[in-house]
Amino acid sequence: MAASPTVSADLIAGLEAAVGREACLSRPDELFVYECDALTLHTGPPVAVVLPQDTAQVQRVVRTCRAHGAPFVPRGAGTGLSGGATAPDGAVVIECSRMNRILEVNAEDRYAVVEPGVVNARLSEAVESLGLFYAPDPSSQQACTIGGNIAENSGGPHTLKYGTTTNHVLAVSLVLPDGELLELGSPCGWSPGHDLVGAVVGSEGTLGVVTRAIVRLTPIPEQVETVLGIFPDVVKACRAVGSIIRSGLVPSALEILDQRTIHAVEDSVYAAGLPRDAGAVLIAELDGAASALVPQAEQVQRLAESAGALRVERARDAEERQRFWKARKGAFGAMGRLAPDLYVHDAVVPRSKLPEVLAEVCAIGDRHGLTLSNVFHAGDGNLHPNISFDRRDEDERARVLLAGQEILELCVRMGGVITGEHGVGTEKRDFIGLVFGESDLEAMKHLRAAFDPDRVCNPGKIFPTTRFCVESNPHARGYDRVPLG
Amino acid sequence: MSVELDQQVGNSLYEKSLDCVHCGLCLTSCPTYLETGRETSSPRGRIYLMRGVAEGRLSVSETLSEEAFLCLGCRACETACPSGVRYGEMLEETRALVVGAGARRGPSAVLERWGLRLVASPRALHAAVALLGGLQRLGLDRLGLQLLPASLRARLGGLVPVVPPAAERKPLPEWFPAEGVRRGRVALLSGCVMSELFGSVHRATLRVLARNGFEVLVPRTQGCCGALHAHSGDDARAAELARVNLQAFAEVDTIVVNSAGCGAAMRDAGHWLPGEGEAFAAKVRDIAEFLDDVGIIQPKGRLEATVCYDDPCHLLHGQGVGPAVRRLLEAIPGLELLAHREADRCCGAAGIYNLTQPEMSAAVLARKLDALAETDPDIVATGNPGCLMQIAAGLTARGLRARAVHPIELLDEAYGRADEAPGTQPAIP
Repeated sequence: MAASPTVSADLIAGLEAAVGREACLSRPDELFVYECDALTLHTGPPVAVVLPQDTAQVQRVVRTCRAHGAPFVPRGAGTGLSGGATAPDGAVVIECSRMNRILEVNAEDRYAVVEPGVVNARLSEAVESLGLFYAPDPSSQQACTIGGNIAENSGGPHTLKYGTTTNHVLAVSLVLPDGELLELGSPCGWSPGHDLVGAVVGSEGTLGVVTRAIVRLTPIPEQVETVLGIFPDVVKACRAVGSIIRSGLVPSALEILDQRTIHAVEDSVYAAGLPRDAGAVLIAELDGAASALVPQAEQVQRLAESAGALRVERARDAEERQRFWKARKGAFGAMGRLAPDLYVHDAVVPRSKLPEVLAEVCAIGDRHGLTLSNVFHAGDGNLHPNISFDRRDEDERARVLLAGQEILELCVRMGGVITGEHGVGTEKRDFIGLVFGESDLEAMKHLRAAFDPDRVCNPGKIFPTTRFCVESNPHARGYDRVPLG
Repeated sequence: MSVELDQQVGNSLYEKSLDCVHCGLCLTSCPTYLETGRETSSPRGRIYLMRGVAEGRLSVSETLSEEAFLCLGCRACETACPSGVRYGEMLEETRALVVGAGARRGPSAVLERWGLRLVASPRALHAAVALLGGLQRLGLDRLGLQLLPASLRARLGGLVPVVPPAAERKPLPEWFPAEGVRRGRVALLSGCVMSELFGSVHRATLRVLARNGFEVLVPRTQGCCGALHAHSGDDARAAELARVNLQAFAEVDTIVVNSAGCGAAMRDAGHWLPGEGEAFAAKVRDIAEFLDDVGIIQPKGRLEATVCYDDPCHLLHGQGVGPAVRRLLEAIPGLELLAHREADRCCGAAGIYNLTQPEMSAAVLARKLDALAETDPDIVATGNPGCLMQIAAGLTARGLRARAVHPIELLDEAYGRADEAPGTQPAIP
C-alpha cells in the first residue's frame, strides 16, 4: 500500500531537510528509473530517493523515515540480480553512490577503510601501487559498490581461492533503524563473542544501513597463469573441474562458458578471441610463487586433456589474460544480444554433481523451449543458467519462471542451495523454504528483530511473503527436527 | 506536460532500448553519473526513461528533457556496453523528440539555436570570428563581454579562444601536391570552426599528408558536417548539410578528417541519409587512423617533450580510434608519451555543451585537469577543436604549464625539424 499523499509531502520535506533539496529526488519520472535494479522482472518505484554524503545524513534520513512510518532500502549501483534494491511499498531509497571515499589505506595491517559507495574495482586500482588488491571480484565489479557487495555477500570468479565478501570484511559501521550508529568488528580482524559482522554481511540491507566498512586487502600474487581448456561440450568441461579439484590443486578460479555465451561475448566489445567452435571453454587460473606455477599449469593441462579437452591453451601475457576476464565478466551484459530480456539464475550444487546437474539444466531449458546459456563459477559449483527471453511474450515469461523454479528444485534435490552470490531478495523469497524449515526461518527472524524489530529496513526481502508458493522443506536441516532432550 | 509521441520515433527508440538488459556496466563510464551519483543521470537510467516514453508509461517529461541535454553525448557508455546498445543514436532521437515537443526551453536553447545557425553559415561565421579578432586586437573583447548578460558572460568567460591572425584564417588551397613518390589522393574536410580557429592544424595536416606522398583536395563547395545539429536533435538540418558534403566529396574515395566530432558525425551519415549516406560514411577516415593504416615515413626531427594524449570521445568511443594516435606520437624521436588517468574520459567540451551546461562542463573539466596535473606533461595532445579549446582554457585557468595541441601538429613539427634549414617546408598559400 502506498503512503498517502499528505504523509509523502511531509516526508519529502523532512528528507530534503536531511540531505538538501538537490540530493532528494521525488518527481514521479525520477522515481521511475529507480523501480528496479538489474533484476527487471520485479519492479516497485520508491516514494523518494535520497543521496546522502555521510553517516550523519544517513542517520537523519533514517530518523525522518521512522518519524513518518516509511520503510527504507539502501542501494549501491543497482547491479544486484535478486531485486535486493527494489523498493517495497512506500519506501525511501537511500542511494549510497555519493558516499564513495576511500578514507584510509593501511598497507602494513592490510586493510582499507571505505564508504559503501566505493566501486569495487576502484578499490583494487587505488591500492595496486602498494602491491595489494581487494579480492572479491564480482562480474559487475566495474560498477557495483562495496556496500552492495556486503549486503549480498557477493562472490566472483576468484572466490574459489579467496572466499566471498564475508571473508574480507573486518568491521562495519551500521546505522540502525532508530538512527543510532553501531560499530561492529575491528581492523585486526578478531572480535570476541558473536560474529555480528558476519551477520551483517549477506543480510541484504535488512539489519541497517552500512555507512563505512573496514575491508581486508590481499597481496597481489607474484605470478598468474591462465589456462584455457577447449571442450566439445559443457559436461566434459565440468568433469575436468572435478579432476582438477580432486588432484589437490587450489586454482584461484575455475570458470566455464558454454558455446552460446562464447558467441554472445565474441560478438560484443569484450571479444577476446575465444574459440567459437568450442562447445565450452574452461578458464583455469593459478596464482602464487612463480616457481610453483609452471608445473601446476602443466598438471591442469594434463587433467583437462584426459577429461576430454580438444586442446589446451595458455594466456600469453597479462594483456591476454585481462581480455579473457573482460570477456567472462561482460558475459551477462552480452546476453542482451540474444533477446530483449535476461533472467540470470544463481544456485549452488556440490561440485561432484556438476556434470549431471548441467545436463539436466539444459534439458529443462529445452523442455520449455527456452534459450538457455551457462556461464558459471564451476570451481565453486555455483551455476548461472541464463535464460534469454522477451517480457512482452506473456507465455514465454511464464515458462521462464517455471523453468527457474525447476532449476532451483533440481539443485536443492542434488544437495545444493538456491543462491551462491546474488542473494535472495524478492526474487527467491518464496523459494527459501526449499532449503530452510520453519524454525530456521524463525531463528533468522529473531536475529533480524534484534536489529530491526519493526521491519522497516528493506522489508519484503529474504523472507517468504506467502506460504502458497513453496512449503518449507521437511527434509531441510532445521533445528525443529532435532529431537529435544 | 503531455505530448503526442511521434509513432515512428517511438518505435525506433523502443526497438533500440530492448538491447539494454540493465546490467549497469555503463554506469562508471558516464561522466554525469560520476558527478551526480544519480541513476537518472546515467546511461542506463536515461535508456530506461526513453523506454518508458516509448512504451507510453511516461510522457516526454521534465526529467527526460533535462537528462537528454545534461548527457554529454560522449558515448563512453557504448564502449563499455557488452550488449551493443546504440546509445548515441537513441540520444539524438530523444533530443529530436524533446525539441519537437517544445520541451527544450531557456537560455541554453537560445544559445544553441544561434550557435548552430552560425556554424552552418561559413560567411556569417567568418564575419563573426573576424569581428571577435578585431575586438581582441583592440583589447575591446573584455569590454564587449561586460555588455553581455551576467549568465552568458559566466559561460563565455574563459572559453573564448584567441582568434589567429588573418593569414591562418585564409581559405586553404583547393589542391595541395604530394611530395616525393605519390601514393594516392585524398580530400580534407575543412569544416567550420576548424577553418576559422585552427587553420594551423589544417596546414599541418596538408604538409604531413604531402610528406607521406598524398595529394590533397579541399573542395570549395563543402560545408559544415552537421554534427552539432544532429547532436541537438535537428536531424533535418543535419541531413541537409550532409547532402551538401555528399556532393562536394563525390569525386574522392577517402575523406580525411582531423576533427573527431566531425568524423564521428560523418560516419553516422547513414543514420539520417539512409542508403547514399552509408556510402559517404564509408569514405571517412580520421587523419591518425589513415596515417597509421598507410604507414608513415619515419620522422627524423627530434621533439624533446613529455606528452599526454587525451582521447577525444568522438574519436575513441565514436570511431574506435585510440591506439593509432598513440603509435603515431610514439614514432616521433625524443617524444615521451605519458599515460594519465582517465585519458578516455570526456573533458566536458562536448560540442557547445560547455556553453549550454556550464556547471556540469566545469565539473567534468576539473576532473580532467586533476588527472593532467598529477602527470604534469609539457604538452597535452588531443584531436578535436572543442576539446582543444576546453583543455587549453582549463590548463590556463588552473595555471598548469602544458600547452594543448593537435597530434598532427607534433608530427608536422617533427618532420619540419628534420629539414636541414628552416623555411624549407613547403609554403602553403
